[in-house]
Amino acid sequence: MNYFPDEVIEHIFDFIASHKDRNSISLVSKSWHKIERCSRKRVFIGNCYAINPERLIERFPSLRSLTLKGKPHFADFNLVPHEWGGFVHPWIVALAKARVGLEELRLKRMVVSDESLELLSRSFSSFKSLVLVSCEGFTTDGLASVAANCRHLRELDLQENEIDDHRGQWLNCFPESSTALTSLNFSCLKGETNLAALERLVARSPNLESLKVNRAVPLDALTRLMSCAPQLVDLGVGSYENEPDQESFMKLMAAIKKCTELRSLSGFSEVAPLCLTAFYPICQNLTSLNLSYAAEIQGNHLIRFIQFCKRLQRLWILDSIGDKGLEVVASTCKELQELRVFPSDLHDEEDNDTAVTEIGLVAISAGCPKLHSILYFCKQMTNAALITVAKNCPNFIRFRLCILEPNKPDHTTSQSLDEGFGAIVQACKGLRRLSVSGLLTDKVFLYIGMYAEQLEMLSIAFAGDTDKGMLYVLNGCKKMRKLEIRDSPFGNAALLADVDKYRTMRSLWMSSCEVTLGGCKRLARNAPWLNVEIINENENNDVMERNEEDEREKVDRLYLYRTVVGARKDAPPCVTIL
Amino acid sequence: MENVGVCDEFVNLKATELRLGLPGTEDGGEEERQKVSCCKSNKRAFPETEKDIESTGKTETASPPKAQIVGWPPVRSYRKNNIQTKKNESEGQGMYVKVSMDGAPYLRKIDLTVYKQYPELMKSLENMFKFSVGEYCEREGYKGSEFVPTYEDKDGDWMLVGDVPWEMFVSSCKRLRIMKGSEAKGLGCGV
Repeated sequence: MNYFPDEVIEHIFDFIASHKDRNSISLVSKSWHKIERCSRKRVFIGNCYAINPERLIERFPSLRSLTLKGKPHFADFNLVPHEWGGFVHPWIVALAKARVGLEELRLKRMVVSDESLELLSRSFSSFKSLVLVSCEGFTTDGLASVAANCRHLRELDLQENEIDDHRGQWLNCFPESSTALTSLNFSCLKGETNLAALERLVARSPNLESLKVNRAVPLDALTRLMSCAPQLVDLGVGSYENEPDQESFMKLMAAIKKCTELRSLSGFSEVAPLCLTAFYPICQNLTSLNLSYAAEIQGNHLIRFIQFCKRLQRLWILDSIGDKGLEVVASTCKELQELRVFPSDLHDEEDNDTAVTEIGLVAISAGCPKLHSILYFCKQMTNAALITVAKNCPNFIRFRLCILEPNKPDHTTSQSLDEGFGAIVQACKGLRRLSVSGLLTDKVFLYIGMYAEQLEMLSIAFAGDTDKGMLYVLNGCKKMRKLEIRDSPFGNAALLADVDKYRTMRSLWMSSCEVTLGGCKRLARNAPWLNVEIINENENNDVMERNEEDEREKVDRLYLYRTVVGARKDAPPCVTIL
Repeated sequence: MENVGVCDEFVNLKATELRLGLPGTEDGGEEERQKVSCCKSNKRAFPETEKDIESTGKTETASPPKAQIVGWPPVRSYRKNNIQTKKNESEGQGMYVKVSMDGAPYLRKIDLTVYKQYPELMKSLENMFKFSVGEYCEREGYKGSEFVPTYEDKDGDWMLVGDVPWEMFVSSCKRLRIMKGSEAKGLGCGV
């Protein structure tokens, strides 16, 4: 290969897209490293504090597409203080200054400001795609700048962000000349939507494939939108509490029938049962269905709908579907690959007979041979069920089980669920992500360390007995990248046993465990290439001012991650970097 | 036989006993709390309740196992916020009733329990639908506006809002309708 001119090698590298593969290529030789880095267009950074924008740009001058992740995963559950960090602004400033030809920016759990969006919109003339997932800090004013200034915008995808809706006219800010949109998702906006502007925009976007509107788009508007965009592949609808009258219903159904390319359906934050039936004509084409926000639909309506969805590959649903409903899914959706069952009753306020149990899980595993990813919230589980699931589905890549009550044992034997999860890791040789729950001892971690050879991400809550548990995992799982633990009795011995292990991991989170300040300090001393962050939201915030005896004090929240740029400078007072 | 009768009486006595304190808090509660603390040594059974006992700031009594643990269940805040509002409505937490106004394209829903009296309710409705309701008087109903607030009560009858005491209204109101124009005349204005 070294006898080929660089351009040829570069051309060959163009066919290699995966980040892992490109990273491997860059390690082969100096010349390959150079060719690879100069031609690299897409970069994925799993932790925005592992590197800084200046070094990134220096290494990859041809950067076109950047993906950044900020806050740790447990920030989703309010375990990370609001002001922790993850600001995108310095990145945009640096990219703009270096005149990088940025075309795509994908952010997850980052803080984005209107100022950042404005700068973004003015700095990159070829900018095409903005995807923001679980971000916060901006308003519809920021969206207005993006709409107005990004002349070549193709994709604006806002997923589950906290956006301050100024009820402005951001949709109006797309110039009349803007006709390149392929994807528009503003489902998370809470305010009113300028329907006329939206309809005009959709009408002049012939390449629009994905449209996800917010709650405020009523039925008649949706009908008009679908009528002028029958090419839609992915549709997110609004909120339809009231039954439509006969005429509206017929119009809606007629519009839906024309959308023969429709493969993915979501939204439905509220939907009257009759409304749902208008979608029956296209159910047979659906490969992806997300009804997980439709809290008011009763199980029987859901079941009737799903019975038409024979080609479904991805299903996100609420547990109000019940075990019976899952049995219907199992017998209908033979192509199912990914299932997520979310809890509808978040405060355990009623003794819910319709919630799902181990019965539903077993049914799905038996009926859906292609299933490889599952997220399942349930009230109870048994070892026998998990063992059966493992036998039925050895192809799991992602297995996340959340039993709503912490520490709950097998409800038929009162034993721990060690054996059940053990069966899962033993059978599913390709398992990359696992979340465990229920009553668990150190033994389950012994199994995980022994069998879960491909495991990259593990989430532990209220589990284990001693440091041994965590040690089994750290010693056994060679491919571990992200480990997050809460409310489990793991302490300094486990934390400090193998400091070099953290070189091969992206991050470790431990909250309400047994690690002490002294232990964390020692770790930070022995591993200068780690940022060891202590998060403390108490009144006496300044950990460093305390004297040495406090070394025995338990650390509330610990977040450590490898980095090549040392301690970050934007940490708030409640975060101490050791 | 006599004994059984006495026992029953004793059992019933407890149930009808008048006590000060929140429902559900009695001697049994104490035992339960002790049970929880015992778990501390073996397992981190209910960390949230543990924290309540240990920490200085929180003085809220450790409620039994179903206490809300921070960040549990692990559901994204965005999702929790979107589902929660619906659940509150459907569980009758608050008394949500539909409100329709003649000529308006959508119905609305309001929680009657957030209001303390009629004027507050009226003001809220006026804001919501951008209209003005006129002066109420017992004899002649609402004067000075073409809008008349009415409600359907438990018997299915349409009544004028304001006629019965507030508490009675809240408990008997099934839904609200703001009538407009001539139809309103029959119920409302004395004209």
